[in-house]
Amino acid sequence: MHLTPEEQALLNGESGPAAQKAMQILTALGRIYGAERLLPVQSVQISGVSYDNLGEAGLAWLAEMANGGGKAQVLTTLNPAGMDVENYEALGITEDFAVNQRRVLAAFETMGVVTTCSCTPYLFGNLPRFGEHIAWAESSAVCYANAVLGARTNREGGPSALAAALTGRTPAYGYHLDENRRPTVHVVVKGEVQTNPDFGALGKAIGDRLQAQGIRPVPYISGIEEASLENLKSFCASIATFGGVALFHLEGITPEAAQHTPPAETMIITQADLDQARSDLTSAEPDEVDFVSLGCPHLSLREIQRIAQLLDGKHVTKEFWITTSRPVKGMADRMGYTAIIEAAGAKFATDTCCVVAPIKGRFKALATDSAKACYYAAGKNKFKTRLLEFDAVIEEACR
Amino acid sequence: MKLTGRTIFPGQASGPALVSRMGISFYGGVDPETGVITETGHDLEGQSIAGKILVFPTGKGSTVGSYVLYRLKKNVHAPLAIINAECETITAVGCIISEIPCIDQINLSRMETGMQIALDADQGKITIP
Repeated sequence: MHLTPEEQALLNGESGPAAQKAMQILTALGRIYGAERLLPVQSVQISGVSYDNLGEAGLAWLAEMANGGGKAQVLTTLNPAGMDVENYEALGITEDFAVNQRRVLAAFETMGVVTTCSCTPYLFGNLPRFGEHIAWAESSAVCYANAVLGARTNREGGPSALAAALTGRTPAYGYHLDENRRPTVHVVVKGEVQTNPDFGALGKAIGDRLQAQGIRPVPYISGIEEASLENLKSFCASIATFGGVALFHLEGITPEAAQHTPPAETMIITQADLDQARSDLTSAEPDEVDFVSLGCPHLSLREIQRIAQLLDGKHVTKEFWITTSRPVKGMADRMGYTAIIEAAGAKFATDTCCVVAPIKGRFKALATDSAKACYYAAGKNKFKTRLLEFDAVIEEACR
Repeated sequence: MKLTGRTIFPGQASGPALVSRMGISFYGGVDPETGVITETGHDLEGQSIAGKILVFPTGKGSTVGSYVLYRLKKNVHAPLAIINAECETITAVGCIISEIPCIDQINLSRMETGMQIALDADQGKITIP
């Protein structure tokens, strides 16, 4: 792989051990994937933030990088943590966990990483432009950046994203290159897809089929007429979770779709497929639900406004987590939405979510509008699930 | 027998081989305190990777797996070295951050558990006496 003199100096350790280790990671990955050079990146999103996932080992490595003089060279934001940094006690998070989670955040802060703790960095200031090279982890945000924004990133893991942050570089392979952004399969949707759970079900239906067929997945999708920002973030989360998809093209909606013609290989998704996906994500009976959550991926302000509208004057009867980013919560505070929602007894779980918080086994069944949340609730946290419409989730919380 | 592959992380090691024909998920599949393989139904289930030249086709699973290798190294329960047919990101990053010698692009078919293997990952070379 060709390295510039500056990159070679980082590899030689001239800027300290952390930058050297970062460069070792990037050059090794470059070698594995056949990259000819490194590319400068404009922004980084790091996953592996919850202490529940990292453990002491992950924390030790982050601390070593921080102590080794690692400093973020470009705008770098963080995935959700295992707790609301300001309000963890109300969510039943222990002080022991909080201490360890704070150590993780402190290590990132030392390295100049913005401790946003959100899976939707594109909603507040980490918004790459079309064609820009970035290095993002967090599978739903990777998919959103590639497909919806037309920026260019591979699916990074925690260490490789941190390595990109500390050097401002990533190896030139995969989705950074034009030839790998071409669609490989034409997905024709013949069914109703309008709401978040519809889009979640579509992501699962396509994702499951791609996994089974072993196709390198860049789907070109036709048959969808409208998709809001919220629908797209739901869809990205689902198709990344179920299909490992990092890039898709949505005809008439995403910016690179018009550059391509649909591939010959075709996959048809019928209404029956969508119904099946929805029913696969619903394992709990209505009476079993004891946990309700909205915000996977983190809620937009518009979604919080809707929750406030529906909860105004009501009272929730179940544990109800509203998961969002700190900046969006700040706007909700200013607009008075937070006060209405909290008066109804629902809880803001800012900086975190029901996927990464340490809540395994704590509840029996989750109701949500997110296909991704259903997947992790079942696999990681051992909850049953009910996939409902956004408004119906709020009704469920009050029932 | 001498084999040559590609250096993922440099270094020298020699010791007994522990060979799997299956992918290994370090996160969830290996006990990070002891190095024992815990994945149900795995061909190495119940065996410890500590102090072995660990030979397996390729890694799988969550990217958090890289941190498990790091934790094993800190506990002194890491493998001495890793040999893969095709190294992927999780194992590669795990070896780099843990400084475990690693070589890939090796034909594993003639390797068996218990063989003494000497590995010079600087040169990508493996010697089996």
